[in-house]
Amino acid sequence: MQGFLNWIDARFPLTKVWNEHLAEYYAPKNFNFWYYFGSLALVVLVIQIISGIFLTMHYKPDVSMAFASVEYIMRDVPGGWFIRYMHSTGASAFFIVVYLHMFRGLIYGSYKGPRELVWLIGMAIYLALMAEAFMGYLLPWGQMSFWGAQVIINLFNTVPVIGADLSTWIRGDFVIADATLNRLFALHVAALPLVLVMLVFVHIVALHVVGSNNPDGVEIKKLKDENGIPLDGIPFHPYYSVKDIVGVGVFLMVFFAILFFAPEMGGYFLEHANFEPANPLKTPEHIAPVWYFTPFYTVLRAVTVSPFAGTLAMFGAIVAILLLPWIDRNPIKSWRYRNKVHTINVLIFALVFIVLGYLGVKPVIPVLKELGIRMTEIYFMFFMVLWIHSKPGKAKYMMWFLILAGTVIAIDLFRYNPEAGDDAGQIVWQWIFPIGYLVLTLLLPMVKSFNAEKVVPKRVTS
Amino acid sequence: MRKQLITLATVLLLPTSLMANSSAHLESANIDLHNHASLQNGAKYFMNYCQGCHNLSAARYNRMATDIGLPVVPEKTGKTGDEAGKVADANAKLVAENLVFTKDEEGKPTNLGSLMHSAIPAKDAAKWFGAPAPDLSLVGRSRGADWIYTYLKSFYLDPKRPTGVNNTVFPNVGMPHILWELQGWQELEGHGEHDGHEAKTLKLTKPGKMSAAEYDIVVRDLTNFLTYTSEPAQLHRKKYGVFAMILLSIFIVLAYFLKKEFWKDIH
Repeated sequence: MQGFLNWIDARFPLTKVWNEHLAEYYAPKNFNFWYYFGSLALVVLVIQIISGIFLTMHYKPDVSMAFASVEYIMRDVPGGWFIRYMHSTGASAFFIVVYLHMFRGLIYGSYKGPRELVWLIGMAIYLALMAEAFMGYLLPWGQMSFWGAQVIINLFNTVPVIGADLSTWIRGDFVIADATLNRLFALHVAALPLVLVMLVFVHIVALHVVGSNNPDGVEIKKLKDENGIPLDGIPFHPYYSVKDIVGVGVFLMVFFAILFFAPEMGGYFLEHANFEPANPLKTPEHIAPVWYFTPFYTVLRAVTVSPFAGTLAMFGAIVAILLLPWIDRNPIKSWRYRNKVHTINVLIFALVFIVLGYLGVKPVIPVLKELGIRMTEIYFMFFMVLWIHSKPGKAKYMMWFLILAGTVIAIDLFRYNPEAGDDAGQIVWQWIFPIGYLVLTLLLPMVKSFNAEKVVPKRVTS
Repeated sequence: MRKQLITLATVLLLPTSLMANSSAHLESANIDLHNHASLQNGAKYFMNYCQGCHNLSAARYNRMATDIGLPVVPEKTGKTGDEAGKVADANAKLVAENLVFTKDEEGKPTNLGSLMHSAIPAKDAAKWFGAPAPDLSLVGRSRGADWIYTYLKSFYLDPKRPTGVNNTVFPNVGMPHILWELQGWQELEGHGEHDGHEAKTLKLTKPGKMSAAEYDIVVRDLTNFLTYTSEPAQLHRKKYGVFAMILLSIFIVLAYFLKKEFWKDIH
């Protein structure tokens, strides 16, 4: 055995790679619940690739056959329904896992130096994943596939000057048609999976150079023993490999419970309207994207100045997350040791993200339309407040409160039209949300106990 | 302000499906997918009344027959040897004679392995009704069982419509009341309120061949059949689910103790 290994090692750095990334990769010993989702994302990626390969064996990317071929998989292909539900449940599971993984980065400051690149590559994975999911969603060629794609591709139509040509170029036709289905199929099964796998590889390589962050935000590499091993580090393998297996077991339990008992997940994982074949002549009365896009869809719908402004706001909402390492300049990484208002800010942001997502599946009625606008305001103000919270000791809270609250009210005055009936009535009372947010995050820290930061320990706790 | 907040909370808590669909109140279909008699009755009524216009183009006769308790392949009969073949042949004959009313391109009765297409050519349907009748393969998933059940019970006389009937669940529907012979004719009685939904009450003014209770059973069996057809896998996927849950529970327990053993000296 050793001889065989030596033979390999002389030709390929097998032992070296094994040691560097598993057996001698030292991870902090205090990982908690939030640290399962990285390995789980990898598990879901594998599930998606394998189930996707089997689906490709039976699926037909042709507008006259696509819908029927999916039903053929569901009925005539042995075990086909299982493969298809693996893939459809996997798509939603991917986003659940990735959102939790990103939230972990947010609360423990994992995006901060020296891990800026890990964060940026991660965001690139997230963008590729959204493109991958959008393209995959067109393939069953149901009503929501078609009209959802219509909405997304028309976003490019809003770009000034080149918009019309750009969206025609993307579609390969003047309407969403066979050419569109074929190219999105090609990108979904070949191009983007390759990009995703390569980005995931780079994400892990970058992580293993700088080392993992942890719930205390302490750099374990600062304190090493005589052998150069971090005092608070334990080898990834076997410690975290056996720990992650427990996580995988629990995850698979939830995953298969959904797959076998509720594959539609009440219409959120598989939308009811998508069981009708695409019909370009029949616009559904209510177009809702799949749940994982809905927070950004609400942002798009909230900005009504011009369609292009809406599109920019939507992409801006993603770019803002990408820029977190440079927005949040506070040297303390974990929220455990930052001031209380930072915790409040992060929790409100998570809540706002969920509400935005929820609003995205609802039809537009005045009260919800206004709520969508208010949540969008808070969404973007979160990043400004995070910037202000970077230096809690020196921050001019009152000044910033007046500036931001003034901006909110100025926008309200600009939007207010007394003749708009219920729309106007909603503006008059829903200002309470953004102003309340600003009071909690910018006025509250003027109370000392809410602004005080704690001392970061030298070594990880528990 | 408080009132506004309450409105907002109410709107947020309403299920999405209620908001997206029109306001008609749906009755519970109360179907049982494992009741073979009900599925067979539903299949009978579907083939006799619905299939004239509606495709069930994702489903095949032989698979349908096997799933509703008339296995046409020897391996699925639960018998062995010669007897299995005999049962399968008898079932195949039964299905071919009682459920297959369509012809293939050569004018012969449709083969049992074929998809269930309607008797009406799509071109003619488009000419006669404005559009071909929708394929019902997935109606159990796109609309749901309760919708089908209530829809089939909600036709009423409306002289303003070209077909002479309208429907409270699907206003201005293009479909005539195919089951009139069984149900009879209903008329619109008035508007009411039910659980906050607008509800139009219907009154049977001219009874058909069946009593209201008998008609309800036919509609429920049809709904049962269409719900089954929308996803044949649902008949057995939960069984696999239970198996998967048991296996994974054992796996999680083992993995947990493995982890505990490895981690016992990490503090």
